[in-house]
Amino acid sequence: MQTTWAYISNYCVYSAMAVFTISFIAHAFETAFAVRAPEVADTTNGSLLVKTLDYKRTEKTARIATAMMILGFILLFAGVVARGISAQHVPWGNMYEFSITGALAFTGAYLAALRTYDLRWLGLFVSLSVLLTLGTAITLLYRNSAPLVPALKSTWLVIHVTAAIISGGVFLLANVVAAAYLYLDRVEARGPRPLWLQRIPSLEVLDQLSYRLVAFVFPLWTFAVIAGAIWAESAWGRYWGWDPKETWAFITWVAYAAYLHARVTVGWRGRRAAWLCIFAGSTFLFNYVYVNVWGTGKHTYSGL
Amino acid sequence: MSNEVEVPELGFVALIRYAWRQLTSMRTALILLMLMGIAAIPGSLIPQRITNAIAVRDFFAANPELAKWYDRFSLFDVYGSPWFSAIYILLFISLIGCVLPRSVEHYKAMRAQPPVTPKNLSRLEHHQELAGDAHTLDRAADWFKKNRFRVRLEGSAISAEKGFLRETGNLLFHLSLILILVGVSFGSLFGMRGEAIVSVGERFINVATSYDSLSFGKLTGEKSLPPFEITLDKFVAVYDPKTNAPKDYTAWVTVTDQGSTYKKLLKVNEPLTFGNTRVYLQANGYSPVVTVRDSQGNVALQGPIPFLPQDGNLRSIGAIKVPDAEPQIGFVSSFVPTNARTAGQGAISIFPELLDPKLLFSIWKGDLGLDSGVPQSVYRIDTTKLEKVGLGSVKPGETFTYPEGSITLETVVPWINLQIVEDPGKRYALIGGIFAVLGLLSSLYGRRRRIWIRLTSSGVEVAGLAKNSAPGLEAEIVKFVSAIRGDK
Repeated sequence: MQTTWAYISNYCVYSAMAVFTISFIAHAFETAFAVRAPEVADTTNGSLLVKTLDYKRTEKTARIATAMMILGFILLFAGVVARGISAQHVPWGNMYEFSITGALAFTGAYLAALRTYDLRWLGLFVSLSVLLTLGTAITLLYRNSAPLVPALKSTWLVIHVTAAIISGGVFLLANVVAAAYLYLDRVEARGPRPLWLQRIPSLEVLDQLSYRLVAFVFPLWTFAVIAGAIWAESAWGRYWGWDPKETWAFITWVAYAAYLHARVTVGWRGRRAAWLCIFAGSTFLFNYVYVNVWGTGKHTYSGL
Repeated sequence: MSNEVEVPELGFVALIRYAWRQLTSMRTALILLMLMGIAAIPGSLIPQRITNAIAVRDFFAANPELAKWYDRFSLFDVYGSPWFSAIYILLFISLIGCVLPRSVEHYKAMRAQPPVTPKNLSRLEHHQELAGDAHTLDRAADWFKKNRFRVRLEGSAISAEKGFLRETGNLLFHLSLILILVGVSFGSLFGMRGEAIVSVGERFINVATSYDSLSFGKLTGEKSLPPFEITLDKFVAVYDPKTNAPKDYTAWVTVTDQGSTYKKLLKVNEPLTFGNTRVYLQANGYSPVVTVRDSQGNVALQGPIPFLPQDGNLRSIGAIKVPDAEPQIGFVSSFVPTNARTAGQGAISIFPELLDPKLLFSIWKGDLGLDSGVPQSVYRIDTTKLEKVGLGSVKPGETFTYPEGSITLETVVPWINLQIVEDPGKRYALIGGIFAVLGLLSSLYGRRRRIWIRLTSSGVEVAGLAKNSAPGLEAEIVKFVSAIRGDK
């Protein structure tokens, strides 16, 4: 029975990958074909050789891209739930499970933000990074679903890890926005944006957006760290022990605290703030990859 | 003369004031904050004594020269090092110097009335004029009251303000960080931490001599150990037959505390609590119960000997030391709970439960060196002064005989490692943590804004101002306007 659920989960994850691939292609298609070349090259009058952006042409593709993103989210959600049923615990007992849940949180963060902001320009990147995450998870990190080790048997597993996954998803989204800012900043320094980048909002909006995302999720990350400390107190006999994972969680926290202070109190904007945001996000990624795969300490549940 | 004395004194005070202003400036705080993040990094890359003392020892053995230099810069004790302490102490001084004056200021601002309505409202955001009279002003006052704005009534105008929770939360958050630091320091000064291995059937009495390792905070000592006893009645570890990974550990214990005796379950996430002291189930392994006899058949040693696990299948190493035999005898041993034959590798275990247990050993005689005063590992024997007299292995119930005597493996019992921790500071750290999150929430989601309304010759005019350019004021003013118009 449990094996059946594990198979169902794998099918769902594979299907989600297929759907995310369609979404990725649709996003790429939309980005490329919204640029309309002049229908007749009028060489007699050189000024007419101007390309225009025409989103009406690609509106249908854009809708397909987002619809596929939603379908992928649903399939991945089913995959994550089925994995949980098969393993009989919340589906983040090892790195494979954490990765698919993390991809789900990332897609969820994007879709949730899409309701308020026009973020479809981000879809290309989101679908690509979700595909890469799922691909890595299923090829390199996959482990048969297994019961939890005793230290993980606690309600704090649900609370602490949920908070950490959601925070991570939003932090990475903020990173993508900050990276987009830096790229566009360089492009604009050389001249007006090329047509295919005009869809992306102005630098000011990107700057604000990455800040909003971080400010929104920073209390949740703080909570995740504190919940982890409470759990560590009951499982390991100390609430803070400078275990590598704890140390890097602390570094991430300090880095984002510095980012928020730099923005709110010292008034950093633009390039400097974006770099600091990316630095803070990298400490989170480093914690996820390095400590899980090569690290020592008490958080080595990756199963690798 | 007097001038010569006064001038340097003034200079000194000025210097202190200058230094204090620099230290409590936001820029310094920011630099210190980033420094602290960077300073924490080496501790996660270089093995630390507090988390992995064995890795530090191995590092010393592998790179003695580099290790010496690392040690000079406290790189094996990053989080207790002078430079790490310097950063966080400076940071907290800077934080206190910043937050306390701001708290006083904020307290005054909260008690003060909102500022007087500006003369020219049309220059402000969201300015609009609408028809209205004194009743409109009354309705506005009602609306402000209902929505819990603080107001200044100026007869023909009202100045209203809301959103002090933002700064309150901000200050609460920073004060909570101080409380967390106090909790951490309190715990490390007045706390204790120790470990003890207890085999099934044995009793642990909470006195210093029962511990295998024990350390106290600077301001406390042995007298602080609360009197309790724990007897380990039974221990069961369940493993997953497919992956060999542990699924569950349960210890059945009998506790004697302050005259009463009761039975308890001890599990990994469920420690026992005695006031500020908690007892955790931390690790487990096997203790072969052996009887060693000399050549006349007299019992020289009897009892469980804890062995140290080496892998997930609990292949364990240990030392059976018999100082009372003549000559002294030592068994350099390994134990496997589920024995498997391998070519050339020695004994390995293929499952962590006792399915086919086997004790393997080499027998040594001579001086065990127990009286030399040099501390020895209980799991190892220094064989440099010993002579090897044989090799053997036994299963439970079997006896192995050698010229100097015999060894019998009676049975095998599990042992557990109890971790005993007293931390009187953790509740302050927890309270600090909870208030920090609450403070953050209200500081990052709170919005401070002002709304003004004034009677003019043609009606009323309304304007608003959002601090920190927080969004949402526009929608609020739309609601306000529709309320004072008396819209249903």
